[in-house]
Amino acid sequence: MQFKHATIERSAPLLAVLTLITVAIGGLVEIVPLFTIESTIERVQGVRPYSPLELAGRNIYVREGCYVCHSQQIRPMRDEVERYGHYSLAAESMYDRPFQWGSKRTGPDLARVGGKYSNEWHVAHMIDPRSVVPESVMPAYPFLARRPLGAGDIAAHLVANRRLGVPYSEEMIASAAADLAAQADPEADTTDLLKRYPGAVIGDFDGDPKRLTEMDALIAYMQVLGTMVKFQGVTPADLKQ
Amino acid sequence: MPTKIEKDEISGQQTTGHEWDGIKELDTPMPKWWVYTFYATIVFSAVYFVLFPSVPFVNSYFGGILGYNQREDVARRIEEAAAEQAPFMRRIAAATLEEIRGNPELLTYAQIGGRIAFNNNCAPCHQVGGAGARGYPNLADDDWLWGGRLEDIHQTIQYGIRNSDDRSRQSAMPRYGADRILDQRQIGDVAEYVLSLSGRAEDAERAARGAQVFAEQCVACHGERGEGNRELGAPNLTNAIWLYGGDRRSIVETIHNARNGAMPAWEGRLDAATIKMLSVYVHALGGGE
Repeated sequence: MQFKHATIERSAPLLAVLTLITVAIGGLVEIVPLFTIESTIERVQGVRPYSPLELAGRNIYVREGCYVCHSQQIRPMRDEVERYGHYSLAAESMYDRPFQWGSKRTGPDLARVGGKYSNEWHVAHMIDPRSVVPESVMPAYPFLARRPLGAGDIAAHLVANRRLGVPYSEEMIASAAADLAAQADPEADTTDLLKRYPGAVIGDFDGDPKRLTEMDALIAYMQVLGTMVKFQGVTPADLKQ
Repeated sequence: MPTKIEKDEISGQQTTGHEWDGIKELDTPMPKWWVYTFYATIVFSAVYFVLFPSVPFVNSYFGGILGYNQREDVARRIEEAAAEQAPFMRRIAAATLEEIRGNPELLTYAQIGGRIAFNNNCAPCHQVGGAGARGYPNLADDDWLWGGRLEDIHQTIQYGIRNSDDRSRQSAMPRYGADRILDQRQIGDVAEYVLSLSGRAEDAERAARGAQVFAEQCVACHGERGEGNRELGAPNLTNAIWLYGGDRRSIVETIHNARNGAMPAWEGRLDAATIKMLSVYVHALGGGE
């Protein structure tokens, strides 16, 4: 039978089915190899799931829509690498549910903001961004320092992340609430916390040791961003496998 | 389906043969320049497809016959830029701070390199041009907490202030109120005395009481006349420069809770030559000694 475009155009169901098949082929060709090609996620040391306090901070980051103005993806270009640090790897966001990459940069990229500024700076900046960056157009978030961190359900957040493939262990989930409190308390015994979450930044983040606020959690999250992988001596060949 | 393709009498073009309620559609061809540009993009994409990474397979991908890899490319570009800067950076690394300052060529280079490094690493706290902000000292004036000579500035940048590095500059003002060393009345008195040092006291009697407390608690670091001590980063209390505010309330708060601002150590984060360039840049901001 001779192919007639008119046949397709005149039958809505046929057109719908064929459109779906065509789009599906395009999608599958783009998406499937990402799961099967081994070099998609680089094998680097150090990437771990977020600690409970960091995860709570990350939830605030998403809730406040920080991603609307800040990307977390340093692109492999000289100007970006010299400004922000080593370009981001897929491996670094493999435990992000969902990832915070993005291409919208009203503010700077935050993929490696961890350790770049002090906790005091972050507090001042969140309360009044113009007090430290006069040209900033960022909204102020002073309420974060006042609102107590509602983290009674933090273990459930870990469980939800585990269902999505983040390797939280039973032990991590069982001690989630204790770990969350310990990370924001400079006096606490953090041996176990650091064993579970190596490199976690401990401290009273918001400058008020008596209260655990949303500011504590958000800054704990800021301070770990991009610090998990140590890039000293890593070459492109190492990342290629 | 086209039923009756005909020639339009007015424009001389063919019609598409479609007709709706007597309205017919002209089949005017696309402009030639557009059509050829379109073909050219198709040819370009085919060539690009072969030269650069393109087709994904199940376990790998076609890497293109040029073997281009963006990550290697950026590593090479950074290396090239570093190699371009290397002759100067080597000279700066080898020279002393005074030599850099004395050599116009090196000084120019260090000033520009220092400004770029400053804007990226220091300006978030010390502000562009070293203007400072509350809690972050102004670096463009001639009032220095830890010293304003080239080597003082260099040491401060290298090891920082009150951080975990053993070589960082250390000192700690006691929390006179929070730790109950002084009571509220004494703190109010000593604040009045501190205000009197810059001629702003309102209650001479109170200031006199405060002078006694000051003599017992504060002179060890801030000096007998409140002139400060750079060995300990103790600020001068007699001038109009206040890191955390010079009004009565701020002074009381400072005495009550202490401040003890911190600065990170930059050795290890920045290379030696960059730290030297920064020292020279900060020294030249206006207040270098």
